[in-house]
Amino acid sequence: MSILIDKSTKVICQGFTGGQATQHCIQCIEYGTSLVGGVTPGKGGQTHLDLPVFNSVKEAVDNTGATASLIFVPARFCKESILEAAESGITLIVCITEGIPTIDMLEVKVICDNLGIRLIGPNCPGIITPGESKMGIMPGDIHLPGKVGVISRSGTLTYEAVKQTTDLGFGQTSCVGIGGDPIPGTSFIDALELFEKDKSTEAIVMVGEIGGTAEEAAAEFIKSNVTKPVVSYIAGVTAPPGKRMGHAGAIIAGGKGTAEDKFKALDSAGVYTVRSPAEIGKGVAEVTGW
Amino acid sequence: MNLHEYQAKQLFREYEIPVSDGLVANSINQAEEKALSLGTDKWVVKAQVHAGGRGKAGGVEIVDNIQAVKDFCKKWIGKNLITFQTDENGQPVNEILIETCTDIDKELYLGAVIDRASQRLVVMASTEGGVNIEEVAEATPEKIFKAEIDPISGPKDTQSKNLALSLGLNEKQSSQFRNIFNGLVKLFLDKDLSLVEVNPLVITKSGDLICLDAKINVDSNALFRQEKIEQLRDFSQEDSREAKASEWDLSYVALDGNIGCMVNGAGLAMGTMDIIKLQGGEPANFLDVGGTADSKRVAEAFKIILSDENVNTVLINIFGGIVRCDVIAEGIVEALTVMGVSVPVVVRLEGNNASKGLQILEECDLNIIPASSLEEAAILAVNASKGET
Repeated sequence: MSILIDKSTKVICQGFTGGQATQHCIQCIEYGTSLVGGVTPGKGGQTHLDLPVFNSVKEAVDNTGATASLIFVPARFCKESILEAAESGITLIVCITEGIPTIDMLEVKVICDNLGIRLIGPNCPGIITPGESKMGIMPGDIHLPGKVGVISRSGTLTYEAVKQTTDLGFGQTSCVGIGGDPIPGTSFIDALELFEKDKSTEAIVMVGEIGGTAEEAAAEFIKSNVTKPVVSYIAGVTAPPGKRMGHAGAIIAGGKGTAEDKFKALDSAGVYTVRSPAEIGKGVAEVTGW
Repeated sequence: MNLHEYQAKQLFREYEIPVSDGLVANSINQAEEKALSLGTDKWVVKAQVHAGGRGKAGGVEIVDNIQAVKDFCKKWIGKNLITFQTDENGQPVNEILIETCTDIDKELYLGAVIDRASQRLVVMASTEGGVNIEEVAEATPEKIFKAEIDPISGPKDTQSKNLALSLGLNEKQSSQFRNIFNGLVKLFLDKDLSLVEVNPLVITKSGDLICLDAKINVDSNALFRQEKIEQLRDFSQEDSREAKASEWDLSYVALDGNIGCMVNGAGLAMGTMDIIKLQGGEPANFLDVGGTADSKRVAEAFKIILSDENVNTVLINIFGGIVRCDVIAEGIVEALTVMGVSVPVVVRLEGNNASKGLQILEECDLNIIPASSLEEAAILAVNASKGET
């Protein structure tokens, strides 16, 4: 079991023939993802990585039966690409691209929500169900099929959490990178809800960071809705206020969004928090007794 | 990206949001000429820096003779203004905004921001203007009134009407407020802003609304389609190392410690700072080298890290996902060799081709200390920074 994707999920890639997309699609195919084609406007009819290229998402969906799309198009075209996917029968959109203007996301989020479409990202590493399918840029070989669900706002910190739970032999059901932007398509709460329902997931790792109040909202949600043990690490205890720490969403503004506030909210919700990014795996062992 | 007050007010004028008549000057002579051309005998002179708290720091004055305008310019142009929002060095003053004076009856607050919780553009207004709005929000949240703008249907007249009612405005002011409200929302959306603040928005003695201050932050992600706004960027207001880093698409933020950090990924870069602190050390910076860390970028990152004279140790922490660790290792060796780096460099490589990367580091004869885990890397770096190896 897993959330959102498994080996039967038919995936297309938007921005398919670009350099980054090509490199990562090769790795997705090698990992076992059922990639069935791609979209690059103007290159329809060609073949890329032995797969058909289409001019539009609609055409790709009609010809391949794809339900999921992995987006690599440049930030300036992302709004259009996400909306095209949303209006063409795709039900799961994973947008890797970093640097999308926030105002574009306000509209995209409302439209995806209204259509009931699951958007992951933008500015994220994607999603993986170990041993089955990978829609993203994470290194596949650090993952292990298992029982921990991983949710994170950061790419490389997700890898850190994954590697530690793999090294301890716990493995992962699925790992979702929700991304580092201020308006993410999928929130911590959305992902927590999915992992709570997933029978194979026995524990959840949630990696947050400074900025916004998504972790505080997640803590509230966990208190009354999550029965599985949750381990959490928040990055940025040492981050100064008012500075954007790489991610567009990682900024302490007006005294709000500090790591301490988030740790406090999670602690009071009964979440097992760790103060070091090197102790996430150890935290899972502690809280589950594995 | 931040704008100066005078730049923000120019945008306000373009959107028919009322501001005082004003001109900007960068020399004493220019100031005299511009002050006289405003045709008044009382001026507000305001030092232009990217920081709040200017008034309390002496960066804003009301003057009633032309000599005082010149004195103010002489005092500030070319100097640094230190406010509670700046660091100990302050921000350089290159321009003075000279405005006509307004007789104030009442000070209000008006702001617009992307609210992450509601995922909407939210316009905020308060009767408590001219003071720190964060303190108002903390102490008396009921004095802040909000309107959430629907991303599809846009602002509605009922929203500005309700805010005007909450602010206790009369009919004439409410109609002026509607224009300000609509102008502000349009400006925000047209120019990809991330924050607008008018503090204070005032009611004049003659009963009209006017924006006395203007603060604008722009969404840096949108600069590709905001060429005119991008031209307003004032590099003199930015930390020189942060500005230099951004030329190379590196994210850098200076801190106070002595362990320079080079990490791929923003979250892991923060995590690395945190673990250094946990192990008893002090990080000198945040630096995300990004997903395509080749030797050129690594070398540039080194230059920026080492331009901070407090740095006596460097910790490189790379979890290869997009990047291959052997490519990073080659980049590190090349950069260190070319630059003749003398401080100890602790390196932790994990993920894609990590063992190959570590082998390259071990085989070179530079001052590199390889680490096999994140925790070990932090401990080794902290020890090195304290002169203990």
